Amino acid sequence: MSNTKNSISFVRAEMVPEMAPPINESGVLGWMRKNLFSSIPNTILTLLALYILYLIIPGMIQWVLTDAVWSGESRLACATIAQGGELPNDWKAACWPYVGAYLKLFIYGRYPDAELWRVNMVLIMFFVGLVPLLMPNVGFKRENLVFMLVIFPIASFVLLSGGNLDLNGFLLPDAIMGPSEFKFWVDFLILSLIICGVVWAYMNATDTDPKQAVTITAITMAVLAVILFVMSVDFGLEPVETDRWGGFVMTLVIAVTGIVAALPLGILLALGRRSDMPAVSLFSVIFIEFWRGVPLITVLFMSSVMLPLFLPDGVTFDKLLRALIGVALFSSAYMAEVVRGGMQAIPKGQYEGAMAVGLNYWQSMRMIILPQALKIVIPGIVNTFIGLFKDTTLVSIIGLLDFLGIINLSHSDSTWATPVQAMTSYVFCAFIFFLFCFGMSRYSIYMEDRLNTSHR
Amino acid sequence: MAVTDMPSGDEKPKVKLLNDPKFRSMIFQALLVVLLAWLVWSMIDNAATNLQKAGIASGFGFLSTASGFGLNFSPFLEYTSSSSFMQVYWVGLQNTLVLAVIGIFFATIIGFIMGIARLSNNWVISKIAYWYVEVMRNIPLLLQIFIWYKGVLATLPTSKNSIDLGALGFLNTKGLFAPQFIFGEGSGVMGWALLIAIAVTFVINGWAKKRQMATGERFPVFWTGLGLIIGLPILMYFIMGQPVTTEYPTSGNFGPRGGMRVIPEFIALILALSLYTAAFIAEIVRAGILAVNRGQTEASYALGLRPGQTLRLNIIPQAMRVIIPPLTSQYLNLAKNSSLAVAIAYPDLTAVFAGTALNQTGQAVEIIGMTMLTYLAISLVTSLFMNWYNAKNSLVER
Repeated sequence: MSNTKNSISFVRAEMVPEMAPPINESGVLGWMRKNLFSSIPNTILTLLALYILYLIIPGMIQWVLTDAVWSGESRLACATIAQGGELPNDWKAACWPYVGAYLKLFIYGRYPDAELWRVNMVLIMFFVGLVPLLMPNVGFKRENLVFMLVIFPIASFVLLSGGNLDLNGFLLPDAIMGPSEFKFWVDFLILSLIICGVVWAYMNATDTDPKQAVTITAITMAVLAVILFVMSVDFGLEPVETDRWGGFVMTLVIAVTGIVAALPLGILLALGRRSDMPAVSLFSVIFIEFWRGVPLITVLFMSSVMLPLFLPDGVTFDKLLRALIGVALFSSAYMAEVVRGGMQAIPKGQYEGAMAVGLNYWQSMRMIILPQALKIVIPGIVNTFIGLFKDTTLVSIIGLLDFLGIINLSHSDSTWATPVQAMTSYVFCAFIFFLFCFGMSRYSIYMEDRLNTSHR
Repeated sequence: MAVTDMPSGDEKPKVKLLNDPKFRSMIFQALLVVLLAWLVWSMIDNAATNLQKAGIASGFGFLSTASGFGLNFSPFLEYTSSSSFMQVYWVGLQNTLVLAVIGIFFATIIGFIMGIARLSNNWVISKIAYWYVEVMRNIPLLLQIFIWYKGVLATLPTSKNSIDLGALGFLNTKGLFAPQFIFGEGSGVMGWALLIAIAVTFVINGWAKKRQMATGERFPVFWTGLGLIIGLPILMYFIMGQPVTTEYPTSGNFGPRGGMRVIPEFIALILALSLYTAAFIAEIVRAGILAVNRGQTEASYALGLRPGQTLRLNIIPQAMRVIIPPLTSQYLNLAKNSSLAVAIAYPDLTAVFAGTALNQTGQAVEIIGMTMLTYLAISLVTSLFMNWYNAKNSLVER
């Protein structure tokens, strides 16, 4: 027992230096062993996949980059010998000078050259307003939202179309006053007074102080008046009819208008669908399920063929506006389902809490439920927007010259007619759409992650 | 004292009628109904006036008149230019359904393969699946249809220099000239054999389930069923003296002859619809498999199941529960997206009925209405069926 001290003498006094991990467990080799060649079937799959990539990737690079024609003045630059050009007969690759020559048309459509600065202004405003809105850490969200949802649409309308909206009266019969812009404002004033009066009478009848409600109504009508005034005033801008709009700008116009119009409509429909009132919820359900059950192209056909029939004599909408109405109604149904999803995710306690502090229905929705619900569904809204953005290409079928429509139109120009023309333009178009949609879906995933952590 | 001012229980509090929530909601709903009725009435009234002015007689009488135009694709139904507009409708519906069913078939297969590949341990495979999904679902479907139709199929060789695909036939700008089956005398028996085989498989499935419940022994239903469904018709094929023959297209001086011509519009649509929808299905499948708790796999291993059995008996049945509802809505999307056929003039319901027939007759309200209601009916029937299926298969919780 006395020699215990000696018996533990084999214990080392200092640590053995760490050995490097085995070479085939770490580094590139280890990673490859683990992820590519972990078993025989896996190895076979890897080799097969690499072979498929070998078949596809070099061909794609040749088509897009190395074999492609990068400069030229006309179709001869991209024509093979058999077609009258100089390229070998088996040549097949992109013809980029054609896209270069048409780039302006692809972006702006047939918008007049002298007025392009107006479109550029709108695009700059759009991105300047949108980027800070999308960054969660930048403040002034409320001001930003007001800019994007109120000021920007009006400014774009004035800039793109030239403003100077023709306003005529709508209320008083012609016998009292002939239609003129002045009559419109008289009519508007009368209408505002009537609405304020109704609100005042209702508030009085329900024993509520009418002062606040009447003030809010009056302010709303005043804002509406300012908006209408701005749209109708003559800024001296050359009017540009919508049939000269086109290209990527039109794609953006349709998508953004669609989503901006769909959001409030969708919120109302979602509220309606969850309402206790049977007539309201029945109407909402029928409305939503109808639009979700039919393809967008039939909606566009309907709005371009059937809508003019439903309007009273003398009222005409232009083609773009008809398409916009169709797109807005269609996407509002999808938006309603997204918002409803968010509202269902709000715990019941929030509804009960709102009631317990004495808020009425609209107050509790506005101040408690919707702010939370809309925040949850930001990714859903972005995804709806991506879908809508892709679906805007459908308006080319009813003859509007959006991005895809103008590309199809450019194929009829014989200056650049070659067999590779169609594919070149489509690849360009696909690339642009991919950039935008992929970017948006990345953003929606980012938001989803962010929202997830904030709730845990 | 204040206590005496409190309303007692059986006395109703005096509230103004307008402050009574019930009364208010009644008023509000009545207003809504009146407003809607007025809107609908004014729309009908306007439409009637406008139609009268344009000299178009409303009503469905036009459906029985001869259409006067030909269609280049009608796999099952008879159609000539003297057929009625009603027949145009049926042919259009048939072409839509053919497109949708075949598209769904391929989309499901590609989607499941890509969804599982996305979860593979193999880095290359999962990256390929990832980029497939991202590229396909971020490019508009209409653009993809144009890419296949005008970018790829239109640049194929002319019919003189058709590409020989061997047993699959010939491919050129005019489409795919595929071998055609010719069903001779007695081939109906094969059809019956197939139906009987399917019915017997269902019976065996029920019996096997009962037996497993009672004894715990499993019966190889899948292989028996597959054997029956393939074997029985083949057996009948030989018993009936080989009634089904195949007509192969042959290459002639003016392009391929014989066989069955599949028009390029159809090929382009099938390619675009199935590849596009497959990307969405892949994401659904991935999410469905990920939704099954890891503990389920571990529990299966603990019970001694092999990996294959675990996947087949435990993971997939549970994943399907998550997969089926969104999968249905993708199927519906594909059916609705098949209406994009109108862009490349494939004669589907939208193209021939809401397009050509509408231009010929001018009966906008009737035709657009019928078209939309048809799509709506397809959607509603499918979702009703799926709701029923879902309710039957969903987890029974306490």
